[in-house]
Amino acid sequence: MSATLAPAAQARTAGGQRGAALRHAVYLTGRSLRILRREPVYLAFTLIQPMVWLLLFGALFERVADLPGFGDISYLEYLTPGVVVMTAMMSAGWAGSQFIDDMQRGVMDRNLTSPVSRGALITGALAYQAVVTVVQSLIVFGVGLLAGARYDGGVAGVLVVLLCATLLAVIFAALSCAVALTLRSQESLIGVSQFLTLPLAFMSTVMMAPALLPGWVGTVARYNPVDWAARASREALLGSPDWSAVFGRAGLLAALTLVMAWLATRAFRAYQRSV
Amino acid sequence: MQHAIEAKGLVKTYGKGAKAVRALSGVGFAVPRGTVFGLLGPNGAGKSTTTKIFTTLSTPDSGTAVVAGLDVAKEPGRVRHAIGYVPQKPCFDPTATGRENLTLQGHVYGMSGSDIRTRGDQLLERFGLADAANRITKTWSGGMQRKLDVALALMHRPQVLFLDEPTTGLDPEARADMWAEISGVTQADGVTVLLTTHYLEEADQLADRLVIIDRGQVVAEGTPEELKGGLEGDAVQVELADPSQQEAAHRAVAAVRGVGEITADGARLHARVGNGAATLPGLLAALDGAGVAPASLTVARPSLDDVYLRHAGRSFHSADRAGLAGATQTEVEVSTAARRTASGRQQ
Repeated sequence: MSATLAPAAQARTAGGQRGAALRHAVYLTGRSLRILRREPVYLAFTLIQPMVWLLLFGALFERVADLPGFGDISYLEYLTPGVVVMTAMMSAGWAGSQFIDDMQRGVMDRNLTSPVSRGALITGALAYQAVVTVVQSLIVFGVGLLAGARYDGGVAGVLVVLLCATLLAVIFAALSCAVALTLRSQESLIGVSQFLTLPLAFMSTVMMAPALLPGWVGTVARYNPVDWAARASREALLGSPDWSAVFGRAGLLAALTLVMAWLATRAFRAYQRSV
Repeated sequence: MQHAIEAKGLVKTYGKGAKAVRALSGVGFAVPRGTVFGLLGPNGAGKSTTTKIFTTLSTPDSGTAVVAGLDVAKEPGRVRHAIGYVPQKPCFDPTATGRENLTLQGHVYGMSGSDIRTRGDQLLERFGLADAANRITKTWSGGMQRKLDVALALMHRPQVLFLDEPTTGLDPEARADMWAEISGVTQADGVTVLLTTHYLEEADQLADRLVIIDRGQVVAEGTPEELKGGLEGDAVQVELADPSQQEAAHRAVAAVRGVGEITADGARLHARVGNGAATLPGLLAALDGAGVAPASLTVARPSLDDVYLRHAGRSFHSADRAGLAGATQTEVEVSTAARRTASGRQQ
């Protein structure tokens, strides 16, 4: 009797655990959003920064689009998807700092002694970053439209950009969490994050047309996830996109997302063992 | 009668090879249900490591830990539902209000919305936090914040509560307040409490029973009264002006009538005497005769400090400092000297 019941009971428990993990991730995402809301200065900069990037670079390099290689779109139109993905990466670089705060206080220890799903602790942090990225991306598009840019790809194009930006955000958020859990200091996290993000933004086609990149930068860009996201996003916003190029790069982003999420989970396990 | 908490032969080593640090070398004790049990010891004695093993944060190299009838190594998931944990460091969310903190905690344990509200109200009321409940906790006083930490740990009605140094960093008034709350926990909810502390008076005040832990080992166990009762007479402490005279002073004091065991701890000698007031004149004369000038001389009724001194062979405060400084060179020398004295005495 008990033998026949056992598998069903087990399945129920597994289902229950998945349900609990999802609920926990939602609560933890909500907690992070509340923290953001309660820090008005931080919230303001989170929202204003993407506008600044778009308007600043848009004005600074406006004439660049006169060069051959940018096609028949304005520089602002060229730049918008690039700024969306660059902002996604830069915001996500800080994702690990919440973990460091929690470790330095007793919050992480309290969470780990509670039934909170271990996966949810990572998923919650990544989901929060995804929400922030979508909001920031929509702001960039809004500012672009107000400044006179037009995106032929329409709603479908914008949705693809949001998808690519979110995947890129999750990649860097997971990396940031892994670094945070391994090095456990805000200073080290800031160092690593600064070291990576700006060079990766510049060694890509975010600001410069592919044909105009110096040879070696072009080579680096081919392996740069920021460039994958920027190219896929730009293509998707064109009037008649080459969808195979778009989904090829989105696929690469999705694969890297899985790798990074696995890495963050590994770092989390290593942290737990070291307690 | 089943125990609420049971440790058997817990061993834990951090690091590997030459850098390995043995945090626990065979800790064992048992805690009856509904009582407050104290884990007393200086910094670095192994109190927090023991707590981390019981709260599923850490796993022992060997030995078993059982909480509420559950083996921590085999059923960590069920253990987590049965326990509440207040870590040494503050664990509330400073950007949230008191109520938001409790609500999230309730959700984590899968409590229903209405249960979260009633239990939250009950705890806020009991800990005197109801008026501040909807204010951001960052603005609360240290004592209120620490009470919230305890309330969070009690939210899901655990059977066993682990308090890791709950009053460290609190001012005396907030500490007394917290002591009252902790005593209330066992009475109101029938919860079993394991309390770690390096405050002797805290263990004396709160613990029904306690163990003294030193260098990863249990060195004494009993009620505070039993432990103090094991010491007869008064405690005399001689502080030497010149530490190099320690041996001469030791000999002189030992020769005085009525002096029992003597422990040397750096520039200090601790002696047990039958009657402090009656022994003092002879003791002063003996020191004078040996050419030793004491910087101070004190007589006191036995305290847990003396219990600790007797079992660990060094005074609690010097052990505490050694633990804090990560045992710097001089302190290691002091404590090994103390240990030699202690083992010499046993022979």
